[in-house]
Amino acid sequence: MTNKPSRLQSLRDSNLSRRNFVIGSGAAAVGGAALLAACGDDDDEAAPVTTTTAAPVTTTTAAAATGVGTTTLGSNYSDEKPRDALAAAVAATGVDTRINTIDHNTYQENFNTYIQQPDDVVAWFAGYRMRAFASKGVVGDISDVWDNLPGMSAGFRSAASGLDGNQYFVPLYFYPWAVHYRKSLFDDNGYDIPTTWDDFKALCDTMTADGITPLCAANDGRWPQMGMFDMLNMRINGYDFHVSLMGGRENWEDPRVLNVFNTWNEILPYYQPDANGRTWQDAANALGDKSAGMYLLGTFITSNFDGETQADIIDDIDFFLFPEVDPAHGQDAIEAPIDGFMMAADPANEPAAKALLTGLGSVDAIDAYISIDPSVVAANSNADTSGYNALQKKSAEAVSSARFISQFLDRDTDPDFASNVAGVGIADFLATPGNIGTILADIEAKKQTYTFE
Amino acid sequence: MVGVPAALHIALVWIPALLTVVLSFAEWDNLAPLTDIRAVGWRNYWFIFTVFEGDLFAALFNNFVLIFWLGICSAVGMLFAYLLDKNIRGARFYQSVYYFPVVLSLAVVGFIWKSTMFSRDRGLLNTLWPGEPIDFVGDGTKIFSFNLPFLDPALGLSKNFAALLVAMAWRHIGYIMVMYLAGLKAVDPALREAAAIDGCNEWQAFRKVVFPSLKPITVIVVVITAIEALRAYDIIAALNEPRGTDVMGTLVTKSLLGEGGGRVGFGSAYGVIMLLLCLGFIIWYVINHYRETAP
Repeated sequence: MTNKPSRLQSLRDSNLSRRNFVIGSGAAAVGGAALLAACGDDDDEAAPVTTTTAAPVTTTTAAAATGVGTTTLGSNYSDEKPRDALAAAVAATGVDTRINTIDHNTYQENFNTYIQQPDDVVAWFAGYRMRAFASKGVVGDISDVWDNLPGMSAGFRSAASGLDGNQYFVPLYFYPWAVHYRKSLFDDNGYDIPTTWDDFKALCDTMTADGITPLCAANDGRWPQMGMFDMLNMRINGYDFHVSLMGGRENWEDPRVLNVFNTWNEILPYYQPDANGRTWQDAANALGDKSAGMYLLGTFITSNFDGETQADIIDDIDFFLFPEVDPAHGQDAIEAPIDGFMMAADPANEPAAKALLTGLGSVDAIDAYISIDPSVVAANSNADTSGYNALQKKSAEAVSSARFISQFLDRDTDPDFASNVAGVGIADFLATPGNIGTILADIEAKKQTYTFE
Repeated sequence: MVGVPAALHIALVWIPALLTVVLSFAEWDNLAPLTDIRAVGWRNYWFIFTVFEGDLFAALFNNFVLIFWLGICSAVGMLFAYLLDKNIRGARFYQSVYYFPVVLSLAVVGFIWKSTMFSRDRGLLNTLWPGEPIDFVGDGTKIFSFNLPFLDPALGLSKNFAALLVAMAWRHIGYIMVMYLAGLKAVDPALREAAAIDGCNEWQAFRKVVFPSLKPITVIVVVITAIEALRAYDIIAALNEPRGTDVMGTLVTKSLLGEGGGRVGFGSAYGVIMLLLCLGFIIWYVINHYRETAP
């Protein structure tokens, strides 16, 4: 249920140990107790890990040098590796910071309550949800921080901007969505990377003739196929229309939206059958055993394979950008959920908070982060990429050369609308493509009951 | 003595329940301060019954199917209990087999069935099935359906919900069986002997003598079955709420939980509808209870 908000972190949970689980439950208990303002002492065991006592990163000399004092950082980097990596990144900023780590599911589900009395700097995601908080005035304007963020591309800047054009977010890392495939399968069969929609469909036909299912298809949980909708909509109607549609400002019965689904319908015959009942992991297994050829998914696909026994598969996985559909938009947009930080509307120590944010956006911080947790790609284009694996390198290139970066359907619009209306409509479309007219009318009618940002 | 628990009960159960009713007439994103909760009158209910009515009635229908289905399972559970009570050979073994699923929570049952039984690519059922693989989890097409004059999408039982019913029966039968086993042990053997002497056959003895003396258990079983059916949530959530399997419980949590809290008023309104349904059964039980115990 909750692997949507931060897919990457949930993935790290997939090898959730019993101890982690206990800690997670403890965190939930502590969070609940804190809400009731009646915290008992029976959570002692979990408390040291999950409450505000996370190791303070003391770099007194550096802090003294910048003379900004101390600040606090609310973090959902609760799994061991990300937690250590974030501590290293914060240390690299030289700002004296107390990190307050909370179990990430608890953090995300209680964020609305938390953001009313937050730490000075808070971990969050780019996209609609960040903008919604910005327009409600619960997070602070950090446009001046962006004057000191060399290496951040224009795409990241727009992804960090609120509706008023000011910046409210500092990106740390991202993971792009693209069409994954196995290099050896393409080499052995002499397939070329398709760059246009017609090439793509022709390749699907060739694969079908070769007895390979062209496209892996999963939609269990109703989020995996949101990625296909996003890509097609941005390729056909462009990024601006996509953002406008996500913002509730366009009609879902618009012929342009219908066109997206009609185009989508052209490749449904190439899908693995019964997408709605398949988990993304089962679909990834089909790519792994070469019974299926291509898979539009985030780069976290490699985490489905065991690093030791299936290293050959992981090394064999590559990706290409979703092909061009309308030459007017080419391949100018990419979907790449970005994780980063916001500042409280009224921080206890604003200079220190801004110094920390500037530091977190810098090359030093992300280099320190990735040296410990190499599963992500740095947002800052000046970051040290010498230690990157091939997929990380390619991800970095793809995103830095993109004109537009979208976040993912459930991060780019009202999350309730995304999961209960748009996601349901997409699942209905996959089951009964012929009903798309009724489905879009239903989405539009339900959309009217939402108040968008 | 009972004052403290009663006060706690009112504070922790009834006041939140009443607050849910209040919130169902409001719009709130769980973000702004409490003063920003906006009263919207009946709007949430209006939206539910005019825009989201397809979701609502599909969920209500599934709850209704569950009441019917779990009722059948209860009858099967009673039959098993009656047979096991006769001390047939291996009774203890059968008893353990049927009771085993009861110790698992339905969320665990859901995970077990989803990954090992139902999975289209790796599940046991599809491995054994000779034909084309069946998508037990995602296939929301209807086995049967009918049209209501005021509702556009037809109501009906979807294939994946029918598959879920099997998993739920697996657990419910054992649960009811244990309750009836306990009840049967308490039935006075003299009554059965008397029935046998009067020349009753087995069915007559069961219907006229044993079943009536089980009435207190039966009342509890009916209430439990109805409440279980109305509040069903965990197994469906464990399967990631595939299309066609929504029940009232999932509609409530979908709007209330998740990243950021969603639409508090909307989820509360679904909750109130569910509460009203449950209240009917609770009132029936309470009336029945007092009628029995009245001097």
